Amino acid sequence: MTASAVPLIWLVPALPLAGFVVNGALLFAAPGAKRAVSAIGVGVLLLAFAVALAAVLGYAGAGGGAPEVFTYWSWMAVDKLQVAFALQVDPLSCVMILVVTGVGALIHVFSVGYMYEDPGYARYFAYLNLFVFFMLILVLGASFPVMFVGWEGVGLCSYLLIGFWFGEKANADAGKKAFVVNRIGDFGFLIAMFLIYQNVGSLDFNAVFAAAPAALAGVVTAVCLFLFLGCTGKSAQIPLYTWLPDAMAGPTPVSALIHAATMVTAGVYLVARCNVLFAMSPVASSVVAGVGALTALFAATIALQQWDIKKVLAYSTVSQLGYMFLGVGTGAYAAGIFHLATHAFFKALLFLGSGSVIHAMHHAYHATHSHEDAQDMRNMGGLKRWLPVTTVLMWVATLAIAGVPPLSGFFSKDEILGAAFARGQAQGIWYLYWAMGLAAALLTAFYMTRLMLYTFHGPNRTGEKESGHLREAPWMMTGPLVVLGVLAAVGGALNVPAIVGGGARLERWLAPVTSAGAALLPAGEVSPGTEWTLLGVAVLIAAAGIVGAFRLLDLNALVPARSAPAETGFARVLARKWYVDEIYDAAIVRPVVWLSRRVLWQGVDQGAVDGAGVNGLARAARALGWLGSRLQTGEVGFYVVLFVAGVVVVLRAALR
Amino acid sequence: MFLTPALAISAVLFAIGVAGVLVRRNAIVIFMCVELMLNAVNLTFVALAQQLGVAGQVFVFFVMAVAAAEAAVGLAIIIAIYRHRETVDLRDINILKG
Amino acid sequence: MTLLRFVFWSFAGLGVLAALLCVTRRDAVKSAIWLVVTLFSLAVLFAVLDAQFLAVMQVLVYAGAIMVLFLFVIMLLNLGRGGPGDAKGPLGILVGVILGGLLLVQLTSLTKASVATGAALPPGTVAALQQQQGAVGMVARPLFDTYLIPFEITSVLLLAAVVGAVVLAKRKL
Repeated sequence: MTASAVPLIWLVPALPLAGFVVNGALLFAAPGAKRAVSAIGVGVLLLAFAVALAAVLGYAGAGGGAPEVFTYWSWMAVDKLQVAFALQVDPLSCVMILVVTGVGALIHVFSVGYMYEDPGYARYFAYLNLFVFFMLILVLGASFPVMFVGWEGVGLCSYLLIGFWFGEKANADAGKKAFVVNRIGDFGFLIAMFLIYQNVGSLDFNAVFAAAPAALAGVVTAVCLFLFLGCTGKSAQIPLYTWLPDAMAGPTPVSALIHAATMVTAGVYLVARCNVLFAMSPVASSVVAGVGALTALFAATIALQQWDIKKVLAYSTVSQLGYMFLGVGTGAYAAGIFHLATHAFFKALLFLGSGSVIHAMHHAYHATHSHEDAQDMRNMGGLKRWLPVTTVLMWVATLAIAGVPPLSGFFSKDEILGAAFARGQAQGIWYLYWAMGLAAALLTAFYMTRLMLYTFHGPNRTGEKESGHLREAPWMMTGPLVVLGVLAAVGGALNVPAIVGGGARLERWLAPVTSAGAALLPAGEVSPGTEWTLLGVAVLIAAAGIVGAFRLLDLNALVPARSAPAETGFARVLARKWYVDEIYDAAIVRPVVWLSRRVLWQGVDQGAVDGAGVNGLARAARALGWLGSRLQTGEVGFYVVLFVAGVVVVLRAALR
Repeated sequence: MFLTPALAISAVLFAIGVAGVLVRRNAIVIFMCVELMLNAVNLTFVALAQQLGVAGQVFVFFVMAVAAAEAAVGLAIIIAIYRHRETVDLRDINILKG
Repeated sequence: MTLLRFVFWSFAGLGVLAALLCVTRRDAVKSAIWLVVTLFSLAVLFAVLDAQFLAVMQVLVYAGAIMVLFLFVIMLLNLGRGGPGDAKGPLGILVGVILGGLLLVQLTSLTKASVATGAALPPGTVAALQQQQGAVGMVARPLFDTYLIPFEITSVLLLAAVVGAVVLAKRKL
């Protein structure tokens, strides 16, 4: 192989970074240069994808097994701690960079059309490029600290982009919420890093994973649980998922890229990367899988009763992330990554499609100067008449997410559920996880069909005048949708399981990375008969969900959002998200704010530090000074008294 | 033979002199109490000279000479102060106040 | 009780009594007179302690010159009667007495100390010396011999004191 493109891997993150710098400069220098911004913003992503593809092909051609580490400079060199800025090319990072740059490029193209009228156009693309840069650092990092740089960076960009329209307080609050909740998870990540360093002495992935079975044997459960805390924050699992629905306040392409396809998958990537550690601790793996399964089911129940189209998709994302964690918790790391990739395809498609819908609704309301909510499904209905392409593509994505064969979602979801069931033979609790996953699949099919029916079918509730202005989005926006639709449909080919005659290519590609973990935590085996039964059950569940939605939902009973009645009973609990936000507010936020205000601010800062410390010292100095001044009476008689008193004291000391 | 009693008398006289300096307000009377203290010390020197040699008596000689000089200058100062302030009461002489 | 002892103790008692009276009199002149009595008693004590020359010097210089100077100044400044309560208030008296008492206690502890046996001369040495050289000669010989320089310096000191006193007390320079 001549001139492999692998050493050019540094270009992949460098290009978006350059895009950020140039777009940022344009923001200040020439804010009106939208075409330049578009060209640079999208161009760097396409170039990055091309380089990434070349690098992956070069890596595959060279054998595609051992990780290649490229060290660029020494970042921290303190006594025994040696951390270099290094990027690592191995099967897992190859998959991730292709997903990030590929889906990212498509979403950048979509953004050109979606955000063109926005005054913050240059700022948007600058932030978006910066985000891609950090995400690539995250997945390419060769050590925990470098990955953490990316981890924090994507959190920062998430904050910037969620609060993009910060003129509205609600948007700024949503950005803050995302950042603060993520921080809690980051704390867990840091503790895990400290533990790892303390026991292994290094933070490079290859060194840590090689030394782990011996050095980390005692603390590995703690390390994994702390890492998982970081994952629950970044990947919106229970208990730190509450920021993700609020994050829908950002522009829709942002929701697609960051909160569906890439950033939120960082947690899954982390677990897959550290598969050795998680495999060493069956307890931690079980926790990961259990939390994932529970989150999948929990979020799906909430999605059943949401009216905002983006909120439904947000909870759907949380639910699907739960599936991914169920997968990696079971030990089926390749299955989790597979679902990560297919989910990126169909969820990005769903979000961008909803973006098309919202774009059209905005346009219609703008034309008639109406102030209705453009994102509420109760204001939509029957849109397939005006947005046929979007409708078709979103149906493809819906069938994919519901798990209808032969679309991609079916393969990835089924593999995860199969792995969970297989492990159930060794330990009963896995059957419970499998059952929760199956229930979540049923609900997923149901609420996604509900979304499609309410939005695109049935009578139109937008209004007579507005509906005249509805039209399909321009090709700049629908083009990427088509590409994603194709990927969502055929993406299953990446990893067709052996039982249906496929080559399980992704699993074999990732084997060099996951084999160490798989050796420590062997997957269960099921007979072919059981496997076919499971496949059949999955298809039945998907069909039941879709058909159930068709049968049970009465499209004619809906009214526009403004005049819609409030929910009652159990539906209300679901619509209010099981009151989790309210519980957090009462149990955690209020006490912390009280603590900060009363105790730390008024008590410690004003009272102790200011009052006793600073002012108190000043007062004491003044008092001493006053005492001293009282001694200066100017009366010789008084001075003599002091003099003699001093003599008495000295004599007493001298005569002792 | 009289060493210890003499030393005791000297201590008593010295203490009386100190008390006088502390208690009185009249500058001249305070001065006289200082002279009293000097004399008490002279008595100590003389008593010890009986045991340790004549150098003690020579020292008393010098003390007297210096006391005389000191009395002259001190009284001259008191006169100068009286000229300016019309008083020798220590409580009124407090320019050093503050 | 030999005569010497009697003389010693009676004049010691007189001296202490006179000192107390000196310190407590309201009238400055009376204080001065009592101080003169104290100085006389001390002169007698000097004589008992084999320092006859110093006893005479005490009377001549201290009682005769210094106290006369004091009386001159008292009368010059017309302080005879003394004002109402020349002493400080009750608190001042208390503080003074207490400090004086403390000092007394500390000093009496010194009197318990005896002279180191090696340093003490045989008893009667000074008296013998007196017999040989005379009372004056006993003091004079070291004065002009070992302590010549302090002697000369003292004379300069006296000169300075005279000049200083004259300058300080003048009305106009």
